Amino acid sequence: MHFDIVVYILGKILRIEAYLMLLPALTGVIYRELECVSFFLVAAATYIVGTLMTQRKPEKFVLYSREGLVTVSLSWILISLIGCLPFVVNGDIPSFTNALFETISGFTTTGASILENVEALSHASLMWRSFTHWVGGMGVIVFMLAILPMTGGHNMQLMRAESPGPSVGKLVPKVRESAKILYLIYFAMTVVEIIVLICARMPVFDALCISFGSAGTGGFGVKADSCGSYTSLQQSFITLFITLFGVNFNAYYFLLGKNRKEAFKMEEVRWYLAIIAASVALITVNVRGYFDTLYQAFHHAFFQVSSIITTTGYGTTDFDLWPEFSKMILVFLMFVGACAGSTGGGIKVSRIIILIKSVGHELIHYIHPKSVTTMKFDGRPADKEMVKGVSVYLAAYCAIYIVSMLLLSLDNRQDFTTNFTAVAATFNNIGPGLSKVGPVMNYNGLAGGSKYVLMFDMLAGRLELYPMLMLFVPAVWKRR
Amino acid sequence: MRIIVAGCGKVGETIVSKLTGEGHDIAVIDVNNRVIGSITDNYDVMGIVGNSASYSVQKDAGIEDTDLLIAVTDSDEENLLTCLFAKKAGNCNTIARVRNPVYWKELPYIKEELGLSMTINPEYAAATEAARILRFPSAMKIDIFARGRVELLQFVIPEGSMIADCSLIEMAKKIGGGVLVCSVVRDNEVYIPNGQFVLQAKDTVGVIIAPNRIKDFFKRIGVETHSVRNTIIVGGGKIAYYLATQLLNYGIDVKIIERDIERCEELSEQLPKATIINADGTDQDVLLEEGVETCGSFVSLTGIDEENVFLSLIVKKLNPNAKVITKTNRSNIDFLIQGMDLGTLIHPKSITAEYILRFVRAMQNSIGSNMETLYYIVEGKAEALEFTIHEDAPVIGIPLSQLKLKENVLIACIYRARQIIIPDGQSSIEVGDSVIIVTTHRGFGDIRDILADA
Repeated sequence: MHFDIVVYILGKILRIEAYLMLLPALTGVIYRELECVSFFLVAAATYIVGTLMTQRKPEKFVLYSREGLVTVSLSWILISLIGCLPFVVNGDIPSFTNALFETISGFTTTGASILENVEALSHASLMWRSFTHWVGGMGVIVFMLAILPMTGGHNMQLMRAESPGPSVGKLVPKVRESAKILYLIYFAMTVVEIIVLICARMPVFDALCISFGSAGTGGFGVKADSCGSYTSLQQSFITLFITLFGVNFNAYYFLLGKNRKEAFKMEEVRWYLAIIAASVALITVNVRGYFDTLYQAFHHAFFQVSSIITTTGYGTTDFDLWPEFSKMILVFLMFVGACAGSTGGGIKVSRIIILIKSVGHELIHYIHPKSVTTMKFDGRPADKEMVKGVSVYLAAYCAIYIVSMLLLSLDNRQDFTTNFTAVAATFNNIGPGLSKVGPVMNYNGLAGGSKYVLMFDMLAGRLELYPMLMLFVPAVWKRR
Repeated sequence: MRIIVAGCGKVGETIVSKLTGEGHDIAVIDVNNRVIGSITDNYDVMGIVGNSASYSVQKDAGIEDTDLLIAVTDSDEENLLTCLFAKKAGNCNTIARVRNPVYWKELPYIKEELGLSMTINPEYAAATEAARILRFPSAMKIDIFARGRVELLQFVIPEGSMIADCSLIEMAKKIGGGVLVCSVVRDNEVYIPNGQFVLQAKDTVGVIIAPNRIKDFFKRIGVETHSVRNTIIVGGGKIAYYLATQLLNYGIDVKIIERDIERCEELSEQLPKATIINADGTDQDVLLEEGVETCGSFVSLTGIDEENVFLSLIVKKLNPNAKVITKTNRSNIDFLIQGMDLGTLIHPKSITAEYILRFVRAMQNSIGSNMETLYYIVEGKAEALEFTIHEDAPVIGIPLSQLKLKENVLIACIYRARQIIIPDGQSSIEVGDSVIIVTTHRGFGDIRDILADA
């Protein structure tokens, strides 16, 4: 490990976080809240620490795979530790564990909350909570790559470690340009959503927070009932935008460029939309009796389905009360997750496609043991390494899942559904689960230890396992 | 610039490493996904796995918006096909590595038919570089431009030389044609001289000379070139062949020691003027017998780096005065062997990369104008511009002596049908020529800019 490089990059990230904290601070100033002071203080302290860490620029700026992974996981832990301080300092969330849980939930775009009453929070804190979604959605490292000139080709290690999906490519030859394009698309779509919501007569503050939450596919709302009290039109717009943020961003890049047709050819995006359509149809039929009109059933089914598959976690209704079949579909969608290269979490549609295809190919091999088949993805032969990587990913995923469940079950007060969906909802970065962690409940009831397990799950889910697992490999910590 | 590099072997990687360092946007194509994996890990480039000659692969690499495609795969045919498609699909500049002697001989035709901007043959390039080292003292500065076709030799006129205090017209009378003075540096000022310009002793003069006139010219004006009289080459590969051809052309005696009898016979057929010895060049007795102790220069060109290093060490020990050139294929061992007495090290792959880089830089400089390339010469104080002459150019068919050029502008050479013509007053420019202009003016963008009344 070259620790000097890791420290240097962490310092840069801290300085960026200090700037980001100015947004909630200014919100506090606008609403004349005392809480803004805590944001200014923490921002200033963070900036100073960050500057100290970047004093010594490493002579040899070479980032190998392991440094890349460790830098990413450490920076996410670090920004969360710093990010929770304002909540503790201003007393909005006095318990450190809870504040950290809330912040990690924010940055990882999970949206799982420990707050009993969201509406009691100051505007500054609410803004910071939602803004962490926005920052975490595309990733703070990608943000750093986009704005800071960093030389060397090794930055790809950082981008790959932070961006979701089985194979992370670049849109254009340069990492920095790619990161910039991603953030520009992200930024533009967020702005459009804010404007659309304001036009639909949502209060400006709500529009900002909800847009940040849906752009990052996070799920922190500013109301106790999440999105339940917004008008049907506003909910429809939110549904539309969270669905869009779950699409692979490469598709948008194709749409902007000359290869418009490519966007519609993307296998993953087609599957993603097909899964949504099928799930909405099934649930609409299944929950028809719970609503007055068919349209209402469809409206809420669509909202919940896109909210869950994109791993956002907003709710318009308490789907814990829905029939088992609908709940089962939603739980299934929790695992599928959004597209790779989007802001959503979960296993990712592309991995699911590859897994299903692998099973298909395996079956053919049983029928024709000597047959030679080539698995295709997006019309091209799938890279064998990638296919293998997906299977290993699933194995690691299951292992972490099981261990988390086991640790959670130490707390005897929770039932199986709660534990199972709590892990599912945090590991896949969704937010609400079922039973005691359902859409109208919160995570405060869990034991302290369980919260830390779930925090790990959220980070592991957002960073796609390996960066977090790397921290447990002793060899990583050895100097070389 | 947006550049696609097709083929990611050693040359490809060297080019990628240099070009990313200069801030270009690079896409790399290779059939091997491991190669692509490692190159995208190490450099800030986009990698595409596939056959570079395939249109859809080129499209993925963004051929439509690309300025230049460099094809350096192992296969000549793939390189040529890649360039052909790229030219059609992206209308970009193309560079192909072509090393098969069969194609190499037909290059003018191939280049024209496929619209290639440049071809590069690593062995030929290495041989040219080696020949340059043997022909000139290291103190003589050489600027290479026009895609490596033209070299500008810069030297200081010695006191009492026959060309001192002589105008250029008088000089031409004294020593005959085939010599063009392109630049004169006097008291840190650069002049592009015309016929009336009077040379002085201590001027640094840049000249373009036909290769076969060089020896004679320098001898007559009294500049010591330290050109070697003879050379011994061990290893009779392609580089040896090209090097021998060039050296013989300059009147340097060549002796090639090659182990393989069949190759020896081939060489003796192709190089009737050279002495071909069929022996093991690593055998010291053979070396002594062939006179390494007294030879003017020695070049080790076997296929094995270690052998070359040993050979050069031995020769340096036996004959410390000889100019020695050592070829190694690996360039990453330089730091190991730099301290050793090996003479000059050459790496064919690095030289290839360097040639291509020079072209890329020249292309980069010419962006936004009608010229093909722009090279900075004479330590960046002057420019060598390359224009392709189209039908509407106002310079066609007029003898150069009657063209009214601006001050400090010179038509340095005309490239016509793969021949470099060093022009005199009677030469004229034709449609389809490439013309090299040397000037101290900045910002020329069109061939019209060189005319005084334009």
